[in-house]
Amino acid sequence: MAGFAQVGVLLVLLAAAWRPLGDWMARVYTEERDWGVERLVYRVVRVDPRSEQRASTYTVAILAFSFAGIVLLYLLQRLQGLLPWSFDRGPVEAGVAFNTAISFVTNTNWQSYVPETSMGHAVQMTGLTVQNFVSAAVGMAVAVSLIRGFIRSRTDRLGNAWVDIVRGCTRILLPIAAVAAVALVATGVVMSLRSGVDVLGPDGRPSTIALAPTASQESIKELGTNGGGIFNANSAHPFENPNPLSNLFEIFLLLVIPVALTRTFGRMVSSMRQGVSLLAVMAVLWGGMLAVIWTAEATSPSFAGANMEGKEVRFGIPGSALFANSTTGTSTGAVNSLHDSFSAFGGGGAMLNMLFSEMTPGGVGTGLYSILIVAIVAVFLAGLMVGRTPEYLGKRLGRREVTCAVVVVLTMPALVLLGTGLAIALPSTADAMTNSGPHGLSEVLYAYASAANNNGSAFGGLTVTSGFFQTTLGVAMLLGRFLPIVAVLALAGLLARQTRVAPSTGTLSTGTPLFSVLVAGTVVLVAAITFLPALALSPLAEGLA
Amino acid sequence: MTSTTTSATAAAEASREAPVTGRQLRRQLGAAVRVLLILTVLLGVVYPAVVWGVSRLPGLHANAEGSVLPGGSSSLIGIDPVPANPAADPWFHTRPSASAPDDAIAGLGPADATTSGGSNLGVAAEDLGTAVEERRAAIAARDGVDPSAVPPDALTASGSGLDPQISPEYAAQQAPRVARVTGLPEDRVRALVAEATAGRTLGFLGEPRVNVPELNASLLSAAPGARSGVSGAG
Repeated sequence: MAGFAQVGVLLVLLAAAWRPLGDWMARVYTEERDWGVERLVYRVVRVDPRSEQRASTYTVAILAFSFAGIVLLYLLQRLQGLLPWSFDRGPVEAGVAFNTAISFVTNTNWQSYVPETSMGHAVQMTGLTVQNFVSAAVGMAVAVSLIRGFIRSRTDRLGNAWVDIVRGCTRILLPIAAVAAVALVATGVVMSLRSGVDVLGPDGRPSTIALAPTASQESIKELGTNGGGIFNANSAHPFENPNPLSNLFEIFLLLVIPVALTRTFGRMVSSMRQGVSLLAVMAVLWGGMLAVIWTAEATSPSFAGANMEGKEVRFGIPGSALFANSTTGTSTGAVNSLHDSFSAFGGGGAMLNMLFSEMTPGGVGTGLYSILIVAIVAVFLAGLMVGRTPEYLGKRLGRREVTCAVVVVLTMPALVLLGTGLAIALPSTADAMTNSGPHGLSEVLYAYASAANNNGSAFGGLTVTSGFFQTTLGVAMLLGRFLPIVAVLALAGLLARQTRVAPSTGTLSTGTPLFSVLVAGTVVLVAAITFLPALALSPLAEGLA
Repeated sequence: MTSTTTSATAAAEASREAPVTGRQLRRQLGAAVRVLLILTVLLGVVYPAVVWGVSRLPGLHANAEGSVLPGGSSSLIGIDPVPANPAADPWFHTRPSASAPDDAIAGLGPADATTSGGSNLGVAAEDLGTAVEERRAAIAARDGVDPSAVPPDALTASGSGLDPQISPEYAAQQAPRVARVTGLPEDRVRALVAEATAGRTLGFLGEPRVNVPELNASLLSAAPGARSGVSGAG
């Protein structure tokens, strides 16, 4: 019962934030006026904030920014020995640094390292925290560009990528993250520049507990749907997530922007129904998967009775299931319990959230553009089935538009299935698994699902330190992030150049409950067609055995 | 309708984008590096410094530096105490930890607080079954209870390996042993357990739980002899 109240309060908080935050974000991306600090930034970097870019230039800007981010983050890790607050944690090993640089720039934040022993405070703050912000800002910029594609007509201009990135940071992410960081310290999250604190146990035995500048990274880790922990145990660590209150707050933070972006979308396209119909899809799938994971964890027989392996007493089953469902339905990938130790259907549910291409409600920005792409596919499918003109929000969906959408839809499954197939074909993969049989296959499938969707959570039993995993997972993260971004921006460019068409009797009515059903059906159908065989051999085989 | 459609197509066909030139590429890359560097200063230096500064305020400072109890240990980190005499063990114990030393029984014993993490064993893994049975036997023998009565949180390793809390059931199971070994009246020990017990936050968040570091600290001040393990029956 208490567990239901927790879900209810979370939903009330999200509902309360939906309108003000959604409207605010719409203003951020449409307003002309720059803030003082922003004008300073534009002057220093010599960017004209009023000049708008074509889709191709916008894409190049996003790619160049991400490429520069990867190089800088790689260098920071490799040069760690020269940085202050590194505590003799020397240069990060090349393979790990490569994987981590890609991981944080692509908003994946997969941890193939143990932070307590490998990442000093300087790399955490100037490298990882920064990418926590800007990778999220990039996601929002791409989503907003796609919306502009729908609302503009007869123009080749999408907006200014630098303005969108900077405003996303200064007006949305930074203010919320700063307030949230202080609130997290108030709940007990640490914020220390020391390497650790020496304590004396009641038995008189001394031990050292690792410390870190946690709160400032924890807040943006959730808010930007990033998920890379400053401690190895991530949000299961008592210093990152000390009590049930911080737990609820962190879940709220990781859901709030993706949820509110549906209102931003509705406002920008001047039809709130359109936003609400997508929010309904997200909410129904999120709720359904929560029921699956929660029920599986609460009822699965385990050696010990209740399945508390890998879970913390303070969260219990409901608090762990709610977190797991929200972190995999967004692209966060933070964990407050170990998904590898979940029951077959509980862990399988977390995996399915990612295989839905993460849109329940998805990552910051990525969730919105992912569900808009599925909406386009749904409109197209409806066009084929009942002979409607394929139009969405006043724009015709021709061959080139649908091609862009299909590239986005197919990228992730291709990466997941090819990556998993390749890994399983290697004899060495069996040694990298902690668990054998179907659960071992789940570990590998989960890894590639997490990488290609830029989630970052893991079935942590899989040892991914080998060159093969570092490289292939790195490539999966890179392509899983940027192929869709390129296709989405190309689509935005195509849409912006069109003239708006008035709805006719042949136009499928979107923004209706029927349309929500159609979109949700498309999400489930695409995932089922592509992944059912793989899932049948992993969680389904384990759960039904 | 037809005319607008045609013109839309025409517009799309007519304005094929000019390819991006090398000069534009260099310009965007230059802007990218400059934006990244200035945002690194703002978000990677100024922002954490401000949060760190605010966390120096009274009321936040203790939390920010690890919630260390007056007696020494951290109230947030569960590191299992080592009994001076395993046959007469005066302490309340935390949950098993995946980072406990290898020679400990299946994760019972002090965790390594310099790192964190769990076992990642699946619920059907044989290794987990073996570990649970070893823990069950060891804990039942230590507390003198029926093996089937040991609660789930005592048998499973936490996600962090540093879980400071145990279920009220596990605390109740340990209380008679602690009372016997320390020589404190059982009622007194139960009262200490009650003090270290938190219900659901705000009545609905999380689970009821007992903070072991706080409990052991108050136990030590109630029975200072506990540390040497000589009082009572010990």
